[in-house]
Amino acid sequence: MAAKSTSPRKTKAARREFGNKAAYAFLAPYVILFTIFIIIPMVVAICLSFTSYDTIQMPTFKGFLNYINLLTADDIFMQKVLPNTIIYAIIVGPGGYILSFLVAWCLAQLSSIPRTILTVIFYSPSMTGAVSMTVLWKIIFSGDQMGYLNSFLMRIGVLDAPIIWLVDARFLLPIIIIVALWSSMGVGFLAMLAGILNADEEIYEAAAIDGVKNRFQEMIYITIPTMKPQMLFGAVMAIVGAFQNGAIGVQLSGTNPTPNYAGQLIVNHIEDYGFLRYEMGYAAAVSVVLLLMVFAFSKFFGRLFKED
Amino acid sequence: MAGYKGSNINPKKFNLGQLKIILILLPLAVFMGIPIVFIVCHAFKPMDELFAFPPQILVRRPTLDNFVKLFKASSNSNIPMSRYVFNSIVVTGSVVLLSIIFSTMAGFALSKLRFKGKYALLEVNNTALMFVSVAVMIPRYLVIDMLGLKDTYLAHILPLLAMPVGLFLVKQFIDQIPDALLDAAYMDGASDFKIYRSIIIPLVKPAIATTAILAFQQVWVNVESSNFYTNDESMKTLAFYLNTLANQNSNVAGQGIQAAGILLQFIPNLAIFLILRKSFMNTMAHSGIK
Repeated sequence: MAAKSTSPRKTKAARREFGNKAAYAFLAPYVILFTIFIIIPMVVAICLSFTSYDTIQMPTFKGFLNYINLLTADDIFMQKVLPNTIIYAIIVGPGGYILSFLVAWCLAQLSSIPRTILTVIFYSPSMTGAVSMTVLWKIIFSGDQMGYLNSFLMRIGVLDAPIIWLVDARFLLPIIIIVALWSSMGVGFLAMLAGILNADEEIYEAAAIDGVKNRFQEMIYITIPTMKPQMLFGAVMAIVGAFQNGAIGVQLSGTNPTPNYAGQLIVNHIEDYGFLRYEMGYAAAVSVVLLLMVFAFSKFFGRLFKED
Repeated sequence: MAGYKGSNINPKKFNLGQLKIILILLPLAVFMGIPIVFIVCHAFKPMDELFAFPPQILVRRPTLDNFVKLFKASSNSNIPMSRYVFNSIVVTGSVVLLSIIFSTMAGFALSKLRFKGKYALLEVNNTALMFVSVAVMIPRYLVIDMLGLKDTYLAHILPLLAMPVGLFLVKQFIDQIPDALLDAAYMDGASDFKIYRSIIIPLVKPAIATTAILAFQQVWVNVESSNFYTNDESMKTLAFYLNTLANQNSNVAGQGIQAAGILLQFIPNLAIFLILRKSFMNTMAHSGIK
């Protein structure tokens, strides 16, 4: 093959670095849409967060007022929304992520047919997404004795009277977390499964010679270090998925704000201020805080799985 | 080498040791699987079983009544269900097709072509993997309103086309194609477009299947665009219609109809995943962020 010649000549693909019109043409559709629907909305959100805007009159500049109010005057945000979001994010994000990894690791040790069947079972819930499945959860957690959970718990004698699960402030957040965990095994889970399956047999063999004895040691000393990139991808997907599904409390309880703010997460707070009160500037400030939280979580994992 | 029996990863045959693992996973699999079984059964339950007390998960005498009612419910409203189905097919088809084309084009450029700003662009896209679209729904609404896209198909389609995860996976996959192969084609006088069409596209079919699955899963159940960017009822999608139907029929009699609706949404999703599963896993093996 001609391209394999040993001359130091740069390949054609490599020669044209500046003003490579073809490259820009290939990128154009994606980059234009990316700019319009991801970059510009983010910039607009940041700009609006420094203003007061009710969608009718022009935005007026307020400096850091929205952020100051958010941190000092918004009792609901500090006492309900933020703690709820942090509890939710820690359990569903890292918790769901560790669960996904352990399940993937177990699945990788099965032969092909049982593995495939179980993988489809674990992945199916995340396919439809938590939001469109809320109907299902409403039936299961229905508040009268016709509800499946109530009926079951009453039959085995745990409950005397039905609990109105979805309106009860004590149970709403745990239910949101359970539903979110149920649908948390998505793309990241499959990436980690593929990563484990792709591991190099020789490394395991060498490790066995070096004294790695059991499966658990194998996991800590070989599996995780060799698939750090997939681990990071899985972590980012887990965090993003957790925050993206953070609105289900409103769908489950049927009201925004949720009863006693028990299931109010940061996404609901944005909807509350943006679409119900039309305080767009304030809602934008909350959005910026949300993006920063996702970013911080993801950076933390990036540090954890950094390849040296 | 004494005592090394091979790693436990990806065994060829089933053995008793694996039974242990299956037993560990079983409770979790039941937790994940029961809601799916439940919704399937519920959709086929006749009226008396929906009202049965105590409630049963499994269906005893399956019927198609709920599906018939689901279609009848729509004939009472001004807009027939077929209109929502048509809208959903147009929107889903366009998003899947266009996101495949745009992601592979951009992936090709980012992986194999040289141009100024390449690494910055890669960095931006990798950061955008963390992008949570619900955080910017208000500015997105403003942008769509300003561009005059409200109540058009474009309002459903365009915001979903730039999918950082899709581009990322496609780009990682194209990285696997050896440069020598492309150089040989360049030597024969092939243009960039010719290379894209005759080398890249055929070789990255698994990544294309993956993008198709991810795009489909996003758009098929998407209600955001119908809720916020569309006022005209006749321009809304099936997902939106099934969702409102669910909210209107929250009594027990309506549950069967709701379940039928969810099932109709779920089955295409599952079918596409099962068909393209092999390609999907193949792409996922290259998904690492370096």
